[in-house]
Amino acid sequence: MAELLLTRGRRSFDVRYLPGFTPLAAFCLVALYLPLILVIFFSFNAERSITVFSHFGLNWYEEAAQNTFVQNATWLSLKLAFFATLVATTCATMAGLATTRRKPFPGQSVVYGVINQPLMIPEIVTAVALLAFFGAIKQATNVYGFGYLLLAHIVFCIPFAYMPIRARLQDMDLTMEQAAADLYASPWKVFRRVTLPMMIPGIIAGAMLSFVISFDDVIISMLVAGPGETTLPVWMIGQLRRGLTPQINAVSTVLLVITFFVVWMVFVMTTRKR
Amino acid sequence: MAEIGQSPLRASTPIGIGAKAAIAAEKRELKTRWLLVSPAMVIIGLAGVLPLSIILFYSFMSPGPYAGVSFEPTLRAWVFLILEEDLFEETLGLNYAHISIFSRSIGLALGTTVLTLIVGFPTAYFIATRPLRQRNFWLFMISLPFWSNLLVRTFAIMMFIREQGFVNHVLLYLGVIDKPLSIMFTPTAVWIGLVYAYLPLMVMPLYASMEKLDFRLIEAAYDLYASRWKVLQKVIIPLVKPGIVAGSILVFIPSIGAYVTPKLLGGGKSLMLGNLISNQFGTSRDWPLGSALALFLMAMVMIALIVYVRNESGKSAHG
Repeated sequence: MAELLLTRGRRSFDVRYLPGFTPLAAFCLVALYLPLILVIFFSFNAERSITVFSHFGLNWYEEAAQNTFVQNATWLSLKLAFFATLVATTCATMAGLATTRRKPFPGQSVVYGVINQPLMIPEIVTAVALLAFFGAIKQATNVYGFGYLLLAHIVFCIPFAYMPIRARLQDMDLTMEQAAADLYASPWKVFRRVTLPMMIPGIIAGAMLSFVISFDDVIISMLVAGPGETTLPVWMIGQLRRGLTPQINAVSTVLLVITFFVVWMVFVMTTRKR
Repeated sequence: MAEIGQSPLRASTPIGIGAKAAIAAEKRELKTRWLLVSPAMVIIGLAGVLPLSIILFYSFMSPGPYAGVSFEPTLRAWVFLILEEDLFEETLGLNYAHISIFSRSIGLALGTTVLTLIVGFPTAYFIATRPLRQRNFWLFMISLPFWSNLLVRTFAIMMFIREQGFVNHVLLYLGVIDKPLSIMFTPTAVWIGLVYAYLPLMVMPLYASMEKLDFRLIEAAYDLYASRWKVLQKVIIPLVKPGIVAGSILVFIPSIGAYVTPKLLGGGKSLMLGNLISNQFGTSRDWPLGSALALFLMAMVMIALIVYVRNESGKSAHG
């Protein structure tokens, strides 16, 4: 940053320079990260205060890890994110194969519209619509359970899984597959041995994004969840409305570290030179 | 037909076997492709599109005694969107509570769009003027917080701006203020929270159009004695306008439908549309009104999206 701030001192006329822009950019980055850094910092505070740092301690992590609410909520969130990712990524991979690399088929724009639908509707609208819809089904069939929440998560995970898979497929030409087919590989073999290995980075990136999106979801989980189905973010929002304790800092820090790691992996995988 | 031999499915059929076989292969391929998209289509159709038609239906029904709806068709929910019944005189009057929530939601969403643009524009410009190899890194730094949990980010802002928070500590220490600012549970707090949450959504599309900026045009403007301000106003801003529109729409849409941020930072007096909707399905137990409000919000988002799509298609028509 120091070097960047010094551009002001340059003697030659720089056509790219605009006064005040670099300080504003620096302010923007600091403002984005400083609150998050403070959350992490105070999670290591030994005392109960989230204002004054007394001395280093890991007791809030211990307390959070031993909290049965946190344990159950984490387990439910992991289970939900895992299955939602599995189904959403499979659907997105299949849809990606059908909607890229060849002449668009009649009705393909409708398919795009439907796949991206969950991104265009405000989450609160989807959440109340699902609440009403699932309520009607529950009343009619008397079937309850984990399936509703899972289905809701799969829906909004599909577009997130689809984006990187589609981007990856659009970058792959068909020459490899043609070569394999010329060498008498069956269509299934071509897919298993050529197409699938080549699209793996896109699939992994899509799966990671949908995992993060499912694991972080608050609004839909809060409104759709049945009794006893408290995911980690739903537990957190309840705590935040009650009062702030460093236990939330500890849980937040763990979530931040996991998310940053996953996003970094996706970033590496999608920007790597091919 | 033009791309025969391009598809792995079709390449296995010998080329030149005759038009009939080619047509059959084409049909088979079409069927396979529809089969491949069907799981995604069925799932989203069932749990994404169908529920919206349910709330459309519910919005024309009467509220049920405890919750849910009773199936007596009425326009009540749509009337009560902006009107309310006077309990004593049984006349209809404007529902000022709703109107103030609508105007607060629109105001906060517009305010968020403007402030993210003011902060995001220089940031995107800064990234776009870095050497090519550094740009991905800066872009990554901007988008990283966006992927982290919205609750964690809202919590971070809560800790930052509350009365015993970081901002007040620093300002008191510097002597700028002599008693702590109470920002929490005001529309200002929601505004700050929304800007913090959605700033990356402004920077990314802005960067995408600034990356393509032709600096020779800027140089030409300086050669013709334009001032810095004139260059920004007459050259840079018109050239990156598609990015400005895209970023504004991307920020406006989640801001107007925000739920978590106003709930945690706004308190009871700074509710937004999202909170009003969820209250109808919760404590107020007026599902038809909640459905009508949800569709009203959706309509506003759709208008914003149509503006965006028009802008996109206009761009390709000129370029």
